[in-house]
Amino acid sequence: MKINRIEEILKSYMSAGRDKLIPILQEVQEAEGFLSRESVELTGRHLGLPASKIFGVATFYNQFRFEPMGKFHIQICRGTACHVKGSAPLLDSLVKELDVEPGRTTKDGLFSLEVVACIGACGLAPVIAVNGEFHARLECDQIPVIIDSYRKKGL
Amino acid sequence: MKITINNRILEASPGETVLSVAARAGISIPTLCHMEGLPPTGACRMCVVEDIGTDNLIPSCSQPAVEGMEIKTHSPKALNARKTIVELLLANHPDDCLYCIRNGCCTLQDYSEELGVRQRRYSGVKSTYDLDVSSPSIVRDPDKCILCGKCVRVCEEIQGVSAIDFVGRGSATHIGCAFEEGLNVSSCVYCGQCIMVCPTGALAEKDETARVIAALRNPDITVVAQHAPAISVTIAEDFGIKPGTDIVDRMNGAMRRMGFDYIFPTSFGADLTVIEEAHELVQRVTSGGPFPLFTSCSPGWVKFMEEFYPELVKNVSSCKSPQQMLGAVVKRIWTSERDIDPKKVFHVSIMPCTAKKFECDRPGMRNDSVRDVDVVLTTREFVRMIKMFGIDLEQVDGEPADNPYGERSSAGKIFGASGGVMEAAVRTAYHMITAKELPDLDVKDVRGFKGIKEIEIEIGEFVLKAAVVSGLGNARKLLDSILAGEKTYHFVEIMTCPGGCIAGGGQPFTSDPKMVRSRMMSLYSIDSSAPVRTAHSNVSLKKLYDDHLKKPGSHVAHEILHTGYARREVLK
Repeated sequence: MKINRIEEILKSYMSAGRDKLIPILQEVQEAEGFLSRESVELTGRHLGLPASKIFGVATFYNQFRFEPMGKFHIQICRGTACHVKGSAPLLDSLVKELDVEPGRTTKDGLFSLEVVACIGACGLAPVIAVNGEFHARLECDQIPVIIDSYRKKGL
Repeated sequence: MKITINNRILEASPGETVLSVAARAGISIPTLCHMEGLPPTGACRMCVVEDIGTDNLIPSCSQPAVEGMEIKTHSPKALNARKTIVELLLANHPDDCLYCIRNGCCTLQDYSEELGVRQRRYSGVKSTYDLDVSSPSIVRDPDKCILCGKCVRVCEEIQGVSAIDFVGRGSATHIGCAFEEGLNVSSCVYCGQCIMVCPTGALAEKDETARVIAALRNPDITVVAQHAPAISVTIAEDFGIKPGTDIVDRMNGAMRRMGFDYIFPTSFGADLTVIEEAHELVQRVTSGGPFPLFTSCSPGWVKFMEEFYPELVKNVSSCKSPQQMLGAVVKRIWTSERDIDPKKVFHVSIMPCTAKKFECDRPGMRNDSVRDVDVVLTTREFVRMIKMFGIDLEQVDGEPADNPYGERSSAGKIFGASGGVMEAAVRTAYHMITAKELPDLDVKDVRGFKGIKEIEIEIGEFVLKAAVVSGLGNARKLLDSILAGEKTYHFVEIMTCPGGCIAGGGQPFTSDPKMVRSRMMSLYSIDSSAPVRTAHSNVSLKKLYDDHLKKPGSHVAHEILHTGYARREVLK
């Protein structure tokens, strides 16, 4: 099913050149939720680009991901206000609690962690959003509690 | 046009870079990312020189000469900038030079020494990437990488493979395969050209010297060695002997001192390949195809074909490469003649090639559990071993190779250069078809460094159309035109590395094309003065056929000397 979607997207870029790589990757990610090996290889064949090149371009941008998003997508704001209010240790706590690097998804598929430049809620700093649900003015020791509550929902 | 460099007035042609003008005048400017023959990227800035007119530092690799321009290549300002660049590159470098495979032959080390770096002025966070040891041929150590990008360029622009690229951004940038996979999952063909251009120890051959040394010291094991045609005309360079000198006899002597029990030249295997492959060609000519027949000596090309052109599987010669043929003959025929257990024979192959390490690992290259070839050492590993054993090649007496496979024709020797397989095969195919010798044994049109060479040769009534290609980027061009129906050939020789095995990825590091040329000249001068110049005149080879193989293409020949190929799924 997914592969058909990708092929449809590629069809709409008939005779496109390498300059269309990023718009194609954006549409593919929109359809698939992430960039899979299959879709990268298909895109490469369509544009005459090797997979290594596409991966190179895609990893240059924060917007692309290579794993499906977790059931709960955590966004942590690392904007100026949040930084001042301690988002760096907060991120460390998240990485430790989830055992996952930013940009990746936990092995059980429950959580994905994304670092955002600014989430636009400076008054709530430091802030994280889980599937759009905001958790404001956080302290590090709250992280395990919050994660646990989602874990329970997810099981 | 005239420009002034270091107070000397020099002639420059329009579009020529300052770096090139300086090089012609014997002024050496250090570079890290510059690649001869490819457009400049200006990435490393090592080549900055002072432009007196504008009082600026400009990158000489990408700056075209401008009439009247005045350049100082080694002004204090330029030197200081270069030194700072090296110091910054060293800020996150592992600093394990004493343990590094490139110790003593590292461009970064050389420049650090040249520019007098004596203290650490900048200290950065060291990277901790994983070593990539996934491939049988090449080890990648991204921690040592300085991101010059030459490996990426040679892989993409020369070889047309693109197994690796820049991954990530900013300080997290590194070189990697798609999806951070190991080389073994990527489309890498293990040609090792990336190693040849790498200025540091970030890329290296998989070192197998320890396994060879262990075999040499084991009294229960018979160690048989073979050395490729390119080796004896190459290693002189590393021992202070005139580049291009053929030191095959002294090399044999050195190897005996190291403890190798038997030594055979791979050229004997090459003669065998010529007979089998010429037979295959003649058969296809008689039965009408499939054309073209592609050579199969170069394992990088074979892997490339399996990945990118699997539709050509049936066209590629089923002949094993000379290395594997000789290995198989030793393990199956030689051991049975001597009543030696093949499991107690360790076959070491010395090759100018990293892909050969992969080739000897292929499933089709063994008889049950007995491998045709146990270990492949590159020229570099072999040179390291000679030095480790304390052998001074200038002091070693020359010794012949062992019988019964010590005799070779010079046709099997020129395999080391692009065009050599074609020339050798044409000599023998002519004899097979006409029962006469080719009137002029020199097939000069297939020699030299040109990427794609074409010839037509009359063999009796038949006109053989052939092409010789080296460098996989060139191969891609030719294959695409063959598949598009624009070109037709009967026989195509493809060598993975530009210029053939003499410029292989396992050869000594040299940026001097003259060295590689001298290796080629040496091969052809051996050929021109050789008493036996065709594979079919090799008497020992005839005996091998009479006693064991019967005739070319026979059932037993097929069982021992031939193999098969299949589509290969890789991340590409």
